[in-house]
Amino acid sequence: MAFDLLVIVCVAYVAALFAVAFWADKRAAAGQIGWLNSPWVYTLSLSIYCTAWTFYGAVGYAARSGMEYITIYLGPTLVMVGWWVLLRRLVRIGRTQRITSVADFISSRYGKSNLIGVLVTLLAIVGTMPYIALQLQSVTLSFDVFAATPGQSVNQTAFFVAAGLAVFTILFGTRNLDVNARHHGVVIAIAVESIVKLVALLAVGIFVVFVLAGGPGPMLDVIAASEIAEQRIQPERWTVLVALAALAFISLPRMFQVMVVENYDERHLATASWAFPLYLFLMSLFVVPIAAIGLNVLPTGANPDLFVLTVPLEFDRDALALLAFLGGFSSATSMVIVAALAVSTMVSNHIVMPIWLARRQGGATVSGDVRKVVILSRRLSIAALLALGYLYYVNSGGGGALAAIGLIAFTGMAQVMPAMVGGVFWRGATRYGAAAGLTVGLSVWLWCSFLPSFGDASLIPAVVYEEGPFGFAMLRPQALFGIEGMDPLIHAVFWSLLLNTVAFSVVSLLTFPTPLERLQGAAFINVFRYSDSAPGWTGGAADAEELLMMSQRILGSSEAQTLFVSEASSQGKEGYLPDVTPAFLERLERELAGSVGAATAHAMLMQITGGEAVSVEDLMKVADEAQQILEYSNQLEAKSAELGRTARQLREANEKLVALSVQKDAFLSQISHELRTPMTSIRSFSDILMNNKEMSPDERQRYSQIIHDEAIRLTRLLDDLLDLSVLENGQVTLNERSVMLDAILDRAVAATAQPEQTMAIERDPPLEAVPLYTDGDRLAQVFINLISNAQKYCDAEVPKLDIRVDLVNGRRVVDFVDNGSGVPPDVQSVMFEKFARGTDHRAAGGAGLGLAICQEVMKRLGGDVIYLADREGTAFRVILPEARQAAA
Amino acid sequence: MARTTEPLFLARDSYRRRRLADAARVLPVLGFILMVLPGMLTSTTVALVYVFTVWAILILIMIVLSRRLSRQDFEDTGEDVAGDAADP
Repeated sequence: MAFDLLVIVCVAYVAALFAVAFWADKRAAAGQIGWLNSPWVYTLSLSIYCTAWTFYGAVGYAARSGMEYITIYLGPTLVMVGWWVLLRRLVRIGRTQRITSVADFISSRYGKSNLIGVLVTLLAIVGTMPYIALQLQSVTLSFDVFAATPGQSVNQTAFFVAAGLAVFTILFGTRNLDVNARHHGVVIAIAVESIVKLVALLAVGIFVVFVLAGGPGPMLDVIAASEIAEQRIQPERWTVLVALAALAFISLPRMFQVMVVENYDERHLATASWAFPLYLFLMSLFVVPIAAIGLNVLPTGANPDLFVLTVPLEFDRDALALLAFLGGFSSATSMVIVAALAVSTMVSNHIVMPIWLARRQGGATVSGDVRKVVILSRRLSIAALLALGYLYYVNSGGGGALAAIGLIAFTGMAQVMPAMVGGVFWRGATRYGAAAGLTVGLSVWLWCSFLPSFGDASLIPAVVYEEGPFGFAMLRPQALFGIEGMDPLIHAVFWSLLLNTVAFSVVSLLTFPTPLERLQGAAFINVFRYSDSAPGWTGGAADAEELLMMSQRILGSSEAQTLFVSEASSQGKEGYLPDVTPAFLERLERELAGSVGAATAHAMLMQITGGEAVSVEDLMKVADEAQQILEYSNQLEAKSAELGRTARQLREANEKLVALSVQKDAFLSQISHELRTPMTSIRSFSDILMNNKEMSPDERQRYSQIIHDEAIRLTRLLDDLLDLSVLENGQVTLNERSVMLDAILDRAVAATAQPEQTMAIERDPPLEAVPLYTDGDRLAQVFINLISNAQKYCDAEVPKLDIRVDLVNGRRVVDFVDNGSGVPPDVQSVMFEKFARGTDHRAAGGAGLGLAICQEVMKRLGGDVIYLADREGTAFRVILPEARQAAA
Repeated sequence: MARTTEPLFLARDSYRRRRLADAARVLPVLGFILMVLPGMLTSTTVALVYVFTVWAILILIMIVLSRRLSRQDFEDTGEDVAGDAADP
């Protein structure tokens, strides 16, 4: 096949990708997102995990080391199977905190510390470099297969591929500073590429198994007979690799980018949890068959990394070979694009922006479009990253199998995991701990894995491998602490992750987190409990106009204005700038974080507000959850106690109502009786007067007298009723003037003095000389009532009434205390009501209106009558009206 | 007296969902153990068939499990996670 045709196909393929990406961006911009966000697109975008390393390298790996290649796909499968535990959490955090990258995630968790962000970014750059070199190498090798004179222009091809990929990534990855950091065009393009590589590998696999081998059964025989069957699985390498692949799957910048940052809906994870393992399953299914057939049919010495291409070519299946080539090309390009995008975001958010902010005094408030700076820095870092990848490729001399390079990158990125997993599950993780862990992990990895990858003697002299640096045998790159005989990869993974985790844990235990860190830690760990809880701002001296200016420069003027307008309308201030409330600052920070990362957004807002971001209330909110629960249960308890109280009050009121109703009935029967008795005697005596003509004048006089007395009794009863109703309706006119208390008491005692009365009345005249300004007649009425009540009801053998004037709480009072047995408790509560009276009505002879009238009168006069339950006998207290200034 | 065949249990749905989430937590551990086992196998072809069989079974279980888990409203699953996140 002509090399030129290959180039044309490549260019056409890339042009098609451009078209797809462009179309998807257009659709998304028009708001027609639709199936661009389906779970299938999400699953396919995850497939950038399968790079050229999978496409070509897996077969080479299988040919060299047997089944070990499967571990690279088993790890991610297990992570997806466990999505409920970790991935769901990461995605939720990513969405609530507007995370833009791995570095942003970790820096956000540790109090938006930029130091952490920088460390992770460095790690990502160094870790991605070999990976990109790996893609360049595989694409270059695959081109070389088709070239007329193999091995001639290898570096040149690599250079063109790198440059082309840089252009594509810049065009579609940095077209705008997407607020949501989502790149629809790129995502669709890599989804398409995922399908191409799957179809290509399956096609080659099916060709090998069903055409060349003649079915699955014979295929297994071929495998059993091949060199692959002689490769024994090394259990410790197998286990370590499964775990390593699982760790790397989460922490690789490109995987984090598609899995968390580009995630549109958490539900997509549920579909991907089985669909992505299925994808990996299909990708790995035919790897061993292709390797086995390749080893059989191709001459010894053929590069097993290229079996996917060379096996079809060997049997003159040019079309199949071309499809395989495109599959490999797809794998390489999609990985490079997303990785470059992810790493460039980190570089611009964690390295360029902080430097830019620090260099410009006045920082965030000066004019000028920040977005240009951000986008330019992203573009430059994409180009730089690809250049670094190219340099790594050239300098490592294209040496080493693809698999070895990939594992180096895996080990590097896995160093992020202790800080990430610790940050998501452990409150005590601090940024010092994270920084220590990252630094230690990064150093050990560089020393034991990365530097040795350039070849045995290129960067590290051979003598260092033998004797250690400067003769420190403890620090030999492949035998740290003198422990020899470990597989170099396991050695690097083991020591880097172990020392990383130890440093992370120990330093975390010894240091103390800042307030913001504790807040963020709580928000990350409890992301499912209160998704909206985030660092609060105390408000501070920020000016809405300054904030608008700054956001315009980051979000673009229309987006920023929309944000401000919507905030203003939600504050009820349509047409004005919104108030700078803590809630608004929080929202703004999160929007900005979607563009420039949490640390930078936080720093910019800090510059404007100039205040500490965390309020004491916020801290207290998260500091002690047990306290919260306690408070909550206390509140519940108080509420239930209150309910109990209310119920009790209701019960009392009800009892009172029932008692009143009973009394009313009793009163009605009583009053009809009272009215009927005089009426009956009036009627019968008037009958006698009418019918008995021969009546002596004496008799007539007597009968008329009886009729007259009964009529007076009736009138008095009706007067009482009328009096009470007048008093209650407030229609009474009071005849107030200056009077002396003792005079009124004298009148009352005199009015109640009757010859048959035996009750002794005791008084203390000196105390009674009190001047009053009130209605003397009404007051006398009250006293008379109380004295006659005492006379009627006192059941003592030698009745005695004590009338005493006193001063209680600044009020003048008159107590009427007799030596009887007092009022029974069940009567006390109702005795001031109308119609109430003691149980013994016969003795009373009244209608039970006396006390009700007394109380009404005293209330009109500005005083009161109360019953003193704590005295020995029946005791009433008349509280006299307050002396008025005007009256004096 | 009529005996009910179903055991008395209130909030059956949320109970099922929590156990489903428990299964989702245990499955990766089980998967890891099963996937580490081929290290002990001597024959490459047997190991190959074993790995792919276990893999396929895992995928099938996940199809059932994740459908059921995601059918529940994602928001209200927060509470049961909160329940076990309470341990420090």
